Amino acid sequence: MSVVASLKNLDRELARFHGRLKAGAFFVALLAAVLLARGYYLQVAQHDYYIQRAENNRISLVPTAPNRGLILDHKDRILAENYSAYTLEVARAQTPDLEATLAEVGRLIEITPGQLRRFRRLLGESHEFETVPLKSKLTDEEVAILAANRYRLPGVEVKARLFRNYQAGPGMAHVVGFIGRINDRDLKTLRESGRERNYKGSVHIGKTGLEQSYEALLHGRTGFDQMETDASGRAVRMLSRIPPVPGKDLRLYLDLDLQAVAEHAFGDYLGGLVALDPQTGGVLAMVSKPGFDPNLFVDGIDPEAWKALNESAERPMVNRALRGIYPPGSTIKPLMALAGLELGVRRPGDSIVDPGYFMLPNSRHQYRDWKRGGHGVVDLRKSIAQSCDTYYYRLAVDMGIDRMHDYLAQFGFGEKSGIDLEGESSGLLPSRDWKQRRWKKPWYVGETVIAGIGQGYHLTTPLQLATATAMLANGGKRIEPRLVEAIRDPFSHAWQVLPPTVRGQVKIDPANLAVVRQGMLDVMRPGGTAAAAAAGAAYAIAGKTGTAQVVGIKQGARYDESRLARHHRDHALFIAYAPADDPKIAIAVLVENGGHGGGTAAPIARAVMDYYLTGKRPGTMKLEATSDGAD
Amino acid sequence: MARIERGPMRWLRHLDPILLMLVLAVLAISVAVMTSASGQSTARISGHLINIGLALTVMVVMANVPPHLLSKAGPPLYAAGVVLLIGVALFGEIRNGSRRWLDFGVIAFQPSELLKLALPLMLAWYFQRNEAVLGSRHFAIGGALLLVPFLLILRQPDLGTALMIGASGFYLLFFAGLPWKAILVGGALAGASLPLAWRFMHDYQQQRVLTLLDPASDPLGAGYHIIQSTIAIGSGGLFGKGWMEGTQNQLDFIPERTTDFIFAVFGEEFGYVGAILLTALYLAIVARGLTIAARAPTQFGRLMAATLSLNLFTYAFVNIGMVSGILPVVGVPLPLMSYGGTALVALLLGVGILMSVATHRQLNKT
Repeated sequence: MSVVASLKNLDRELARFHGRLKAGAFFVALLAAVLLARGYYLQVAQHDYYIQRAENNRISLVPTAPNRGLILDHKDRILAENYSAYTLEVARAQTPDLEATLAEVGRLIEITPGQLRRFRRLLGESHEFETVPLKSKLTDEEVAILAANRYRLPGVEVKARLFRNYQAGPGMAHVVGFIGRINDRDLKTLRESGRERNYKGSVHIGKTGLEQSYEALLHGRTGFDQMETDASGRAVRMLSRIPPVPGKDLRLYLDLDLQAVAEHAFGDYLGGLVALDPQTGGVLAMVSKPGFDPNLFVDGIDPEAWKALNESAERPMVNRALRGIYPPGSTIKPLMALAGLELGVRRPGDSIVDPGYFMLPNSRHQYRDWKRGGHGVVDLRKSIAQSCDTYYYRLAVDMGIDRMHDYLAQFGFGEKSGIDLEGESSGLLPSRDWKQRRWKKPWYVGETVIAGIGQGYHLTTPLQLATATAMLANGGKRIEPRLVEAIRDPFSHAWQVLPPTVRGQVKIDPANLAVVRQGMLDVMRPGGTAAAAAAGAAYAIAGKTGTAQVVGIKQGARYDESRLARHHRDHALFIAYAPADDPKIAIAVLVENGGHGGGTAAPIARAVMDYYLTGKRPGTMKLEATSDGAD
Repeated sequence: MARIERGPMRWLRHLDPILLMLVLAVLAISVAVMTSASGQSTARISGHLINIGLALTVMVVMANVPPHLLSKAGPPLYAAGVVLLIGVALFGEIRNGSRRWLDFGVIAFQPSELLKLALPLMLAWYFQRNEAVLGSRHFAIGGALLLVPFLLILRQPDLGTALMIGASGFYLLFFAGLPWKAILVGGALAGASLPLAWRFMHDYQQQRVLTLLDPASDPLGAGYHIIQSTIAIGSGGLFGKGWMEGTQNQLDFIPERTTDFIFAVFGEEFGYVGAILLTALYLAIVARGLTIAARAPTQFGRLMAATLSLNLFTYAFVNIGMVSGILPVVGVPLPLMSYGGTALVALLLGVGILMSVATHRQLNKT
């Protein structure tokens, strides 16, 4: 190649190189533009989004659980209170070998088989990342032992937790209820009601009783510490703090002493009792026997203890006062009598001659009176005093089921009373419509006959009976029964008394009511069915006995209490209010398998009324009865 | 001539003042960001300063090596590099699932690092020799010289390094005058082979690409790095949160934040304005490099200067692109910013070559 050609080539290559340099510069400028565009997108266009994400990264809210409100009786005695205790908890996710860790912990401190069973149950119910309590209420020594051996026990934590103590014992368990660990179902409820955030720091929630129904007031508001945290979740510093607001305290109408008297009066019998203030609807005492120890539930119950409670034939977990449903029996008679007068079916002076049974026209079936041979000439007052069945068989037929249903419904039968507890049963007030709906069958007049004496389909709770009795006492004012009298603000410490909720007023002719009340007074006088229970009372009692059949008695057969197994005996019922001229307490008692109302149920009511109205305790009762419940 | 000058200052005659200023400016920024990113760790900062000192020394030395001497190092370095790569393929040590390392007992070594410099040197030497008679034959041989190490590194496998080395070789061919037709055909072929390449990619490589497309699909795993670094950059905003005030940085949310992800710290604390400034500095370095290339008296100097300039910017682009979530996560440090002695020395070695080319104009004129 010639030098000239070579130089020419050289020039051409150099020119091409300069062109390539420009292309290279353009390429670099293009890449730079891409970077700057991306930077603009992230740092200018999307800045707000990313600054929020950076803040979310950085700031975490650490919840502080509020102190739960106290529950106090009428005299400010504590029924439910908080205490702080050290708990041994295990974080499964951080425990490489759970069994080995449990064994090691068991060597260091005492773990009972019950605690282990409870732990395993809670383990099954909890999520992988949750910590599960193994033992609560650690002693100082146990805390020290665990602290010293911490390095050998990965995932084992000792935490200070708030607990609940129910020192009033099994007798108050149904009223106060208990709190328990928040489970998946609770979480779902909280989420759906938008309250989940307020439970961020909480372990417990009210499960039954007042703890459940007043959960919103008792719980308080969770506080939040706004912490700056690093990538590993360690808190670096506190940015701001919203302190928790403690829950409100509750004061009940219920008096622990009165409650103890009532419980004691039951003796070995099971059953339910509700005592109301007829003017306010305040629940003065509410008994459901047997009770149970609510403290077992606070940190999760050991499965065997739960099985024992749940499978017991005595069904201690059922609050008989508001969930037990029984035929009202003869306790319905004062209201039947009032209905007869008010509806114009009977006049006070109308009387019948009772042969000891009642027969429908064109029927040979005998509806028998409880008294063989009958009560003779019976007017309305005497029909109540002696609980004459025949009088009410006929009255019911004359009134008809429709009018009977509508009248009794005004007194709250077949409907929830609206008490401030959950799980109340509405009972059953039968009607033609109901039977058609439920059984697709017409109403038979024979069913009207037995409805007249509170048998048949009619089912009621002791609470409904007490509410109806309070209406007889206060002249027909229907007030919702309520346990909580007042709530206390955690800051001002001022009690705010809750006003009674009046649902309505049944219009009753005072003259008619007076006749019925006279009948109820006669019940407690010589010749009445509960005369013995009123003997020596310093005030006048208006009452009515009742009996609810547990097993049916065949036509022509006789009920013989002594030949029946105890659990087949009739339930004894009694309703009353006192003092008759200025009623301060209305009461309904149900004694399961107690036989006659006058014999077992009325004396219990008497003991309660005695203590409430005169301060007199039953002679057999020791003075410190209120403290035996405490553990 | 200048050679008669004596004393230590004569070494500094070969420094290019503009390039030096620009490089020192970026290094100064890197010290500030390193201080913040390391949580004022004395060890990290002093380590970085030592690396800078060492790299600047290498730069000064390289600036004093005349290009014609340097070009002679091309063939032996290239040959040694390829031999070592074959050695790796046969006897290499497997680390993290790929065969990249040669263990010489006292020192473990990645031969692919050597090729980053050896390949451009070799190609520049080759095209210098064939200056003025360049034809397609020479580009074919140049392409072959490029493909041998590229494929060897690709099968280690180390896709990131292979692509970076491939890019530097391609830049050199491009500046040497590789016909546009060949570039277009090659580009089309490469594009068409992408689906095929996907099939040959390892799971972790595919994962990186998938993570890029949707970081949220794996927020605690592979996507975590990208998510946290984009949050850091985006939350910096226009003016940044201020030096040592970046929460993503200070609270440990940015992974690898003194090394590969240092740009996230920078973007968070100095904002978009800072990013523009840093990009401008890189662009100025490239512009100065391309100017040096344009004025270079020899083919070797021209090709080396232009290639090294583009290379530097490519590294910056790949790193910032990866940290800001538009490129897959590959282990490429940010030039002059990231912590790491090897990368910094290699970079300033390149800058030293640029300076050598800039200041050895008369001495080598043919």
